[in-house]
Amino acid sequence: MTATLDATARARAARKRRPAAPRGERLASAFLHLELLVVAIIVVFPLLWIVGASFSPGDGLMDAEPVPDGATLDHYVSLFTETDYGRWYLNSLYVAVLNTVGSVVLSALCGYVFSRIRFKGRKAGLLGILILQMFPTFLTAIAVYMLFLNFGLLDSLTGLALVSIAAALPYNTWLMKGYTDNLPASLDEAAAIDGASRWTIFVKIVLPLMRPMLTFVAITQFTMPWMDFILPALLLQSPEKQTVALGLFAMIEDVYQNAFTTFAAGAVILAVPITVLYIVLQRYLVTGASAGAEKG
Amino acid sequence: MRTAHKGGLPAPVPGLASALVWGAGQLLNRQAGKAAFFFAFFAALIGWEIGTGNYYAGMDYDARGNGGFFVKGLWGLFTLGTQPRQMTVTGLTDGDNSIVLMANGLIALLTLALLAIVWVWSIRDALGHRRARNAGAPHETSRAYFKRVWEGAFAYIVLSPGLVLIVFMSVLPVLFGILVAFTDYNRDNLPPKNLVNWVGFENFATVFAVPSWTATFLGVLGWTFVWAVVATATTYAAGFLQAVLLANRKVRFPRVWRSVFLLPWAVPGIVSALVFRSMFNGQFGPISQWLMDIGLTDERVYWFTDPSHPNLARGVALLVNLWLGFPFFMALVGGVLTNIPDSYYEAARMDGAGPLQQLRHITFPVVHRTVSPLLILAFVSNFNNFGVIYFLTQGGPDNADYRFAGSTDLLITWLFNLTLDNRLYNIGAVMSMLIFVIVGTISVWNLNRSKAIREL
Repeated sequence: MTATLDATARARAARKRRPAAPRGERLASAFLHLELLVVAIIVVFPLLWIVGASFSPGDGLMDAEPVPDGATLDHYVSLFTETDYGRWYLNSLYVAVLNTVGSVVLSALCGYVFSRIRFKGRKAGLLGILILQMFPTFLTAIAVYMLFLNFGLLDSLTGLALVSIAAALPYNTWLMKGYTDNLPASLDEAAAIDGASRWTIFVKIVLPLMRPMLTFVAITQFTMPWMDFILPALLLQSPEKQTVALGLFAMIEDVYQNAFTTFAAGAVILAVPITVLYIVLQRYLVTGASAGAEKG
Repeated sequence: MRTAHKGGLPAPVPGLASALVWGAGQLLNRQAGKAAFFFAFFAALIGWEIGTGNYYAGMDYDARGNGGFFVKGLWGLFTLGTQPRQMTVTGLTDGDNSIVLMANGLIALLTLALLAIVWVWSIRDALGHRRARNAGAPHETSRAYFKRVWEGAFAYIVLSPGLVLIVFMSVLPVLFGILVAFTDYNRDNLPPKNLVNWVGFENFATVFAVPSWTATFLGVLGWTFVWAVVATATTYAAGFLQAVLLANRKVRFPRVWRSVFLLPWAVPGIVSALVFRSMFNGQFGPISQWLMDIGLTDERVYWFTDPSHPNLARGVALLVNLWLGFPFFMALVGGVLTNIPDSYYEAARMDGAGPLQQLRHITFPVVHRTVSPLLILAFVSNFNNFGVIYFLTQGGPDNADYRFAGSTDLLITWLFNLTLDNRLYNIGAVMSMLIFVIVGTISVWNLNRSKAIREL
């Protein structure tokens, strides 16, 4: 990470020292910025369009304008007065919080144990979670659905959160283990010589050092339930147990697109916090994702 | 050999005793605490079976009527029920629910497997302890033994909550899913109305031998591969290009551009996919409208619903995926680029290499070496990219040659339709296994090349 920062600093310094550019270079620079501008427009336009749609007067898809005349907040109001959006939002929040806490705690514990302790069955355990991690969540989801269906366990948000935690646990454990492997073991050893128990070493020494990976797992597991569709679609049924993703999908399923602008308002409320979170914490997210590839 | 005190039983005797009654061997070894520990498991097993079963003196034993959790569970797993629901004079009788029986049987089997570990432990302990004693080792009290075990068990205690969660939420469903592939559990045969039966490899034969199924499977599989390869290649190429352009020193405000380009990655995928679905809506969507307004087409384009243009839908889906996917690679490659030392480029310039040659011989190899493991990961996740296809096209346009699949359906969305909308659970389970074999093979191959597995 420090190497990255150094390099950017160096690049910035180099940019300042730049002498006046000759004509050929200025042309190249113009083309370069033109390309960036075109890509930026392609990137931003759909997002601008949906934000515009959420403020457009009228209900249908045809009424959606990127920059609406007579912008209105009506759809945001009706989202909370005429649909169950508030309830869906709280449901998603509940699952997200449970999923984050469960995933972070369990994967940190398991990752620490697999990384630092040599015990019987360690290798078999690591291989086992590796195989489980290859099994797409979705395939287990269908079996979970059949099981829950026959045992009358469907329609529980807590059940959904538990299934989500279990589904992501192998991968997250693998990430945590890989990260802990790279932490210096000398600290643990020194503490062990001072008589600290394994638990104390974990909580006081290793856990604080794991923070970047904890952050990564926390963000990904917090945002996942907001976007996840398959698991909730399979496991939740009653109207008061829907999540935001299910509710929004149902809104847009309407063939005549008569609630499109209200959908747009819901989509904006869903997207804004997550987008801000991702942009602000992008460094953690990109590093975490590449660490997953190196280790997994 | 020196025989120890207390008679010196030969080692297999306590071992055998523990095999029959758990803990008996430990009692012979004069280790009451240990004996009680192992016997507790034995008693729990027997007690659970008798308590949940229907055992009484002079009964006519039959697993269905009298068996407890374990016996009935295993019976159910083997037979999947024998008594269908029937109409009698007293009304509808309760038949056997095959799926509940199968799941219960699986739970019983898993529990037995866990208990078998304790059983083997007790036998080996009885055997080993007596053998050590016969060889002259000092007697170890049960208390000392358990203290020793407890200290070594930190790892297991900490792992146990995760293990229990994974066994019941992942392993059990996976096993259950595998079993369903060998049954006739589908919409024509739903418990509790009907009994489900074991059918062996019949479902696999169906997928590979019934022409319409085979055609669908091969068609969808082919498109899934094309999709995964093209989607990965295009997002990587575009991400690489943007990263290299952004790293150029001539760019003003690189941070601002970077943040803008990261937006598609930061916005939740479901929202973006649904937005594009609306923009490409055939009847009301704005894109057709604009194309008509500027005179490119005379009539509306039904992007995802026109069966005569399946490749149009596929192409648009790939373009939307490109929009969604390039920022991630851009961010990754950007990170790698800042770590390439300037001296590499300076040396290249001194040797007279132009910008393109520098790109080809320095930038590309360095980046590719770092990013290539992620490419495999990206390939696998594109292979199973449920989100884009399901939200964007719902598999459409319809394909008359396919069974329950449209032209853009990937294996995973087809599977979703088979299971949820069409309740063909058995065929769905076969498909799941096939996807797992394909994805698993690719992942294992990838893993074998990485250092992670060797460092295990």
